[in-house]
Amino acid sequence: MRELITLRINGERYEVAVLPHRTLLEVLREDLGLTGTKHGCELGECGACTVLLDGVPVLSCLTLPLEVQDCEITTIEGLEEQGRLHPLQETFAELGAAQCGYCTPGMLLSAVALLRQNPHPTREEIKQALSGNLCRCTGYTKIYEAVEAAAERLSAARQGERQPNAALQP
Amino acid sequence: MLRLPPFRYLAPRTLSEATRLLAEEGPQAMPVAGGTDLLPNMKRRQFTPAVLVGLRRLRELKGIGGSPDVGVRIGAGETLTSVSNHPLIRAHYPALALAAAAVSTPQLRNAGTIGGNILLDTRCNYYNQTEFWRHSIGYCMKRDGSICLVAPGSPRCWAISSADTAPVLVALQARVRLVSVRGEREIPIQELFYDDGMRPYTREADEILQEIWLPPALGWRSTYLKLRRRGSFDFPILGVAVALRREPDGRIGDARITLGAVASHPVEAEEAMARLRGQQPTPTLLQEVATLAAKRARPLDNADLTITYRKQLTPVYVRRALDLLVEAEQGSGAE
Repeated sequence: MRELITLRINGERYEVAVLPHRTLLEVLREDLGLTGTKHGCELGECGACTVLLDGVPVLSCLTLPLEVQDCEITTIEGLEEQGRLHPLQETFAELGAAQCGYCTPGMLLSAVALLRQNPHPTREEIKQALSGNLCRCTGYTKIYEAVEAAAERLSAARQGERQPNAALQP
Repeated sequence: MLRLPPFRYLAPRTLSEATRLLAEEGPQAMPVAGGTDLLPNMKRRQFTPAVLVGLRRLRELKGIGGSPDVGVRIGAGETLTSVSNHPLIRAHYPALALAAAAVSTPQLRNAGTIGGNILLDTRCNYYNQTEFWRHSIGYCMKRDGSICLVAPGSPRCWAISSADTAPVLVALQARVRLVSVRGEREIPIQELFYDDGMRPYTREADEILQEIWLPPALGWRSTYLKLRRRGSFDFPILGVAVALRREPDGRIGDARITLGAVASHPVEAEEAMARLRGQQPTPTLLQEVATLAAKRARPLDNADLTITYRKQLTPVYVRRALDLLVEAEQGSGAE
């Protein structure tokens, strides 16, 4: 029997009637049209369907919507702010970190969670954080470089915020 | 597409409500915690429960607390990420922190629980396949078939215990508490396991694994080494858990060596442990002990990599684990 539930996704509330055995991945893509979350192996072996639950990366193909009604869900569609890409999205594009692009949404969300927790990760820490996301174009090096570049950009932006007059100085 | 089979989902708020639901619904119901093992298995139709009882909301399954001198309690519903990051576990039960951190990937550790890892379904190349694949080879006895496809003449199933935390908890001499409407029981974790790939656990269908108790850690050192093809994602094809307690004069006071992924249950290397006790850990002795421990590993051709390689690597990994602990102690000087 369908159950009427409310999901909080990217800051918006969605009312959906779900069957208990539908996964979050299926509901996002097929019921809500949020197709940025990619459908890969469906068995927890690839990371393409990664979303954030309260900021923590999990796999939507192994998540039941009934169990995450209390969580804030972030998908790739929720990364931009007022039409501006997240710095990670910018550096991924600039450095060619996406080849076929299928793993990219999952990679980005894992990287967002990493940089929130650890703004200055080492290369090893980046590898660890992305170790649940497979890229079969084997573009890992560019991906690591893009995460490093975004970390620098975010850190520079934070410093700018801390010294609001910096921009006014000659 | 791999869809989940239909089921009813129940979300109890307390442990007693959860045990009551499991008892009422009977064997058609299964508990689900993180779902990272059960849901893929359901998609492949290894399990088709009519009812899932969600354990997420149960406070009784949460929390990590205690101290190295009295022991530590871990709620079975704690995620592998929180176990591997917990300062108490990292400092005093490092083998458990290492094993929890070695499970699969960050995403699965963020959802998967320690209780779920302990009760992981046993694995086999002929079993962990889609329904379509298993149908095409006529199924195996663990699900829908009648023979073991690894050892067709064998009366039993040889699926492998593949949980990283299980051999570690055996080596640490942990106890577990199981709760049902019939009462509760606290048992040494060894008593949770059967040497049977089809029925690997003594847990009854109506029981919930509530918590894990680690004994005091003072004087013990421990480590865990894992063999697998890739540095991430993969299940262990060999896990080596070692815990050692040294006497003030440097002799080994007590030693526990447990092997994972070499049988349907975690395997204790009794002969090797006995050989270590009361001895000075010389390189010759450690090599002898590693060889003795490896005799307990009899891999079959039902996991990744070749049997020969897995067999050859067993003494190497045991020796490495022993060396790590002995050297760490000697390196730390007067402690």
